Amino acid sequence: MFNLNKHKLITLLKVQYSNMLEYRVEIALWAVSGIIPFFMLNIWTNNNLNESINLSNVMLSRYFLSAFFVRQFSVVWVVFTFEEDALLGKISPYLIQPLNPFFRYLAQHIAEQITRFPFAIIIALIFFLINPESLWIPSLNLFLLACISTFFSFLIQFLIQSIIACFCFWTEKASSIERLLFIPTLFLSGLLAPVISFPEYVKSWIYITPFPYLIDFPANILSGNNTNIISGFFMQIFWISVLFPIFKRTWSLGTKKYTAMGS
Amino acid sequence: MEENIIQVENLSKSFDISSKKPGLKGTLKHFFKRETRSIEIIKNITFGIKKGEIVGFLGANGAGKTTILKILCGLIYPSQGKLSVTGNLPYKRRPNFLKNITLIMGQKQQLIWDLPPIESFYLNAAIYDIDKFEAKKRIKQLSDMLEIEKELYIPVRKLSLGQRMKSELLAALIHKPNILFLDEPTLGLDINAQRNLRKFLQIYNKETDATICLTSHYMKDITSLCKRVICIHEGCLTYDGKLEKLLKKISPVKDILFICKTDKDAKELSNSGFIIKNQNQKEITITIKKDSIKSTLKKILNKFEIEDLYINEPPVDEIIGNILVKEKV
Repeated sequence: MFNLNKHKLITLLKVQYSNMLEYRVEIALWAVSGIIPFFMLNIWTNNNLNESINLSNVMLSRYFLSAFFVRQFSVVWVVFTFEEDALLGKISPYLIQPLNPFFRYLAQHIAEQITRFPFAIIIALIFFLINPESLWIPSLNLFLLACISTFFSFLIQFLIQSIIACFCFWTEKASSIERLLFIPTLFLSGLLAPVISFPEYVKSWIYITPFPYLIDFPANILSGNNTNIISGFFMQIFWISVLFPIFKRTWSLGTKKYTAMGS
Repeated sequence: MEENIIQVENLSKSFDISSKKPGLKGTLKHFFKRETRSIEIIKNITFGIKKGEIVGFLGANGAGKTTILKILCGLIYPSQGKLSVTGNLPYKRRPNFLKNITLIMGQKQQLIWDLPPIESFYLNAAIYDIDKFEAKKRIKQLSDMLEIEKELYIPVRKLSLGQRMKSELLAALIHKPNILFLDEPTLGLDINAQRNLRKFLQIYNKETDATICLTSHYMKDITSLCKRVICIHEGCLTYDGKLEKLLKKISPVKDILFICKTDKDAKELSNSGFIIKNQNQKEITITIKKDSIKSTLKKILNKFEIEDLYINEPPVDEIIGNILVKEKV
């Protein structure tokens, strides 16, 4: 499928991982810069806001640590790299290879996540040293489900950004469209506050968008909070199956407009 | 009769380009209402290329040579016309077609900047479904031919331009393509590196019978590699044929250097109505039409005391330079 096989996939990942290791300091800094959930935890606990949503301090700190982990392994930046490559004509050599260039970007992201892993663990250990009461070991089942839902979250974000990236073929500055999504992603994904803290009428709308399935849903599974696992996975799969054909169509139409500028 | 591996009929390509006037007024106008116009870069071009041919595309900057190569390799869509490369429509970018071609652009690179080239070679090998054993064999063979065995394990960013270009070539040839599209492959290389690259391309063409389409501003690339050239002027095809024939057609003159015995002979020769190209004391270079060489030489040798003479063709660069700005050849 997609002209991709095990050999290609493993080689892509191996090469991109070697490449990412060249940037390990930069990646460590990126990992550290992702500590926004800890700031939010501080704001919530200092103001006793957790009482309003019936979550104990421990459960809330576990939620924000999980949100930090989910964020670490679902960060997507394809639109920025693709935009630069398309505008400078760097994707030209990749376009005439028998593999869609987006697999290169996908492999770059996965390789980056693998590189981030040890840094994320170190940050978590520091977190547990400061908050020993929050230490918990999720069951294997929940851990695996959280891993799968984090990967689905990554896929949803990767597809959204890839669709926007394809607009480069028309607008040249597609990353500005992505910035429009930054605010809803920040507020509705669960990064700043668990989605259960939103008023009921807002929640009913939020849950039909892809946003709460990006951070809130996987973080709730990992932290052991109450969440509807079946409907969560259903919505993640639904969004992947909606976004994928849109991406394919946009890619197909976009490459027809490609002018190979700068090369 | 042998069939063409590349066939192009009435090919045209237009681009929409927006223009902006300078100054604040121009900027505001550009912000609210963009003026775009369609520019026809390629105009109704027809040609065919046979398997194993090396064809040079000649033309000034912006003539449309690179656009033709980009269309032929499937990178961009044509606006009009028919084309077939190895029996495929290039812009469909079918894997079987892509496995048969390669595009090398002198100013663009596909190697991963921070890793040694060997990593990119193995990646390309995997993308083209070449197993590791075969890939190893091909890398060895090509790196021997290109003389870059030592550079395989050095990060690309640490390589010289020549070493990088050779590595690019290896990355682009690892899948043994039948058609090579080369867009200024020797750009920025020193004379030795240029010569080595040309030598390599000649060997590759001979050993694999690969078809090569080449654009270059270094005339030595064209004259040493291409028997056939296609001249493009402002998107139109102005000549398609043998390079030798073109040079004869365009340059019906020869330069002859006469070394006179005395200053008096030199002075008289320079005042006898011939086209003088250069004069340095007793050395005079005269431009003579090829069809009157015999009679003119006879006349000069009978009339003046000549110590020695040299017959030269005008430099190819000069001749081709003239072609590039001509509408019709």
